[in-house]
Amino acid sequence: MDETVAEFIKRTILKIPISEMMTVLKAWNFLPENQLQTINFRQRKESVIQHLLLLCEEKCASINDAALLDIVCTQVHRHKKIWDVFRMSKEPGDDVDLFDMNQFKSSFKKVLQRALKNVTVSFRETEENEVWIRVAWGTHYTKPQQYKPTYVVYYPQTPYVFTSSRLTRNITLLGQALTIASKHHEIVKMDLRSRYLDSLKAIAFQQYNQVFEIHNSTLPLQERRLALDSRIIHENRVEKERVQRITQESFGDYPQPQLEFAQYKLETKFKSDVNGGILAERKEPLRCLIKFSSPHLLDALKSLAPAGIADAPLSPLLTCIPKKKMNYFKIRDK
Amino acid sequence: MSVLRPLDKLPGLNTATILLVGTEDALLQQLADSMLKEDCASTLKVHLAKSLPLPSDVNRPRIDLIVFVVNLHSKYSLQNTETSLQHVDANFFLGKVCFLATGAGRESHCSIHRHTIMKLAHTYRSPLLFCDLEVEDFRATMAQRLVHMLQICAGHTPGVSALNLLSLLRSSESPSLEDL
Repeated sequence: MDETVAEFIKRTILKIPISEMMTVLKAWNFLPENQLQTINFRQRKESVIQHLLLLCEEKCASINDAALLDIVCTQVHRHKKIWDVFRMSKEPGDDVDLFDMNQFKSSFKKVLQRALKNVTVSFRETEENEVWIRVAWGTHYTKPQQYKPTYVVYYPQTPYVFTSSRLTRNITLLGQALTIASKHHEIVKMDLRSRYLDSLKAIAFQQYNQVFEIHNSTLPLQERRLALDSRIIHENRVEKERVQRITQESFGDYPQPQLEFAQYKLETKFKSDVNGGILAERKEPLRCLIKFSSPHLLDALKSLAPAGIADAPLSPLLTCIPKKKMNYFKIRDK
Repeated sequence: MSVLRPLDKLPGLNTATILLVGTEDALLQQLADSMLKEDCASTLKVHLAKSLPLPSDVNRPRIDLIVFVVNLHSKYSLQNTETSLQHVDANFFLGKVCFLATGAGRESHCSIHRHTIMKLAHTYRSPLLFCDLEVEDFRATMAQRLVHMLQICAGHTPGVSALNLLSLLRSSESPSLEDL
């Protein structure tokens, strides 16, 4: 086994916490079950790694096997990367082709290898009809850099692709490879970015608005609270109900997809009620960047009006995020 | 009726009613719960409102004390209080109005300066209380204090009237406020 491969496997396994190691190794499916059983996971991590490296050596692990292990680790810790979303489109006259996985894989690999000569490309399909692609980039003269790969998640027969956004140099090439291999015409980057791949998926495929039966349990709790003390009277009950209704119309009853931020780039002229003032006299548009961050942005926005922190209805710039599939906005004067 | 007047209704028997006005419903609800936990000889009633004027089609008892709850973290909260104050009759400000500022403990989150709210309270000649309503112990203490104030304003404490209380509270203010 090559030294670089051994080092790479070692560094990859080091990142896995001991509690998850068995699951990851089983998913990797490179070392057989009976060998995995011989490992004592209760000893110190270095000893576990030594044992694993020995087993990998015996089975002559290659760089491709190591790359597959890297994909499995990333799949388990997908929220550690920030994902970008791209959309591909076909020409209006194009036929809907049947998707052939093998043809896609070989075509994708060929495009990259023809351009750069040294790339490591690995594929892993999952049951949810998605294919994970890992690309380690090299050039004509240098070996692929295994420690800075790009991950791509593609859903065949849909136009959406998700990439871990570490790309700068090779982004056009990657786009080309994807469009050619999947028989599309064009690829465009969407203004949507987040750590939560599953939420991005839900937004892209508009799958978040499914109402489950569970939400009924919140009702008795509310009634219980109000009935508790008849000495407390809410004067603005009508207003409260209006706010609840508007919030429900804008956000729905379902759990919101998870995003961490929304960014608005303003290039508008400053408008002020007060006449005069330094900012109002500028002819050029004011440049300003507003960023909202939260562990769960859409939930936080949904609770603003009911909590009394903001008026209902909220600005459509905030409520349109899942519908427009954007969380990066550029706002200019009309 | 778009203006609240203090003496336009007859009092209920042994009843004292307080009106809490503030934008954040959860805070008001918690304060109301704390107040009702207190032992009190009179029957307490707590009305919660987001803003004034109150809906006119409701039959409500005479309001003995109005507390404007302002969250120092939110300019929206202060704005709401300022617009609501216009719907209160001048006679209420003879001891039956009080301002409660919350959130002063977290200085870095405050977008309203302490002096702004102090000036507002001074303009309306009403006492200003500071309390972080999110902390349960502080809230319980404040609730106790409000219940005592409410009893005085409702006239249930013999020998002390709302106006007496107001002048008692005012004399303990620092002289620097007079300069504002």
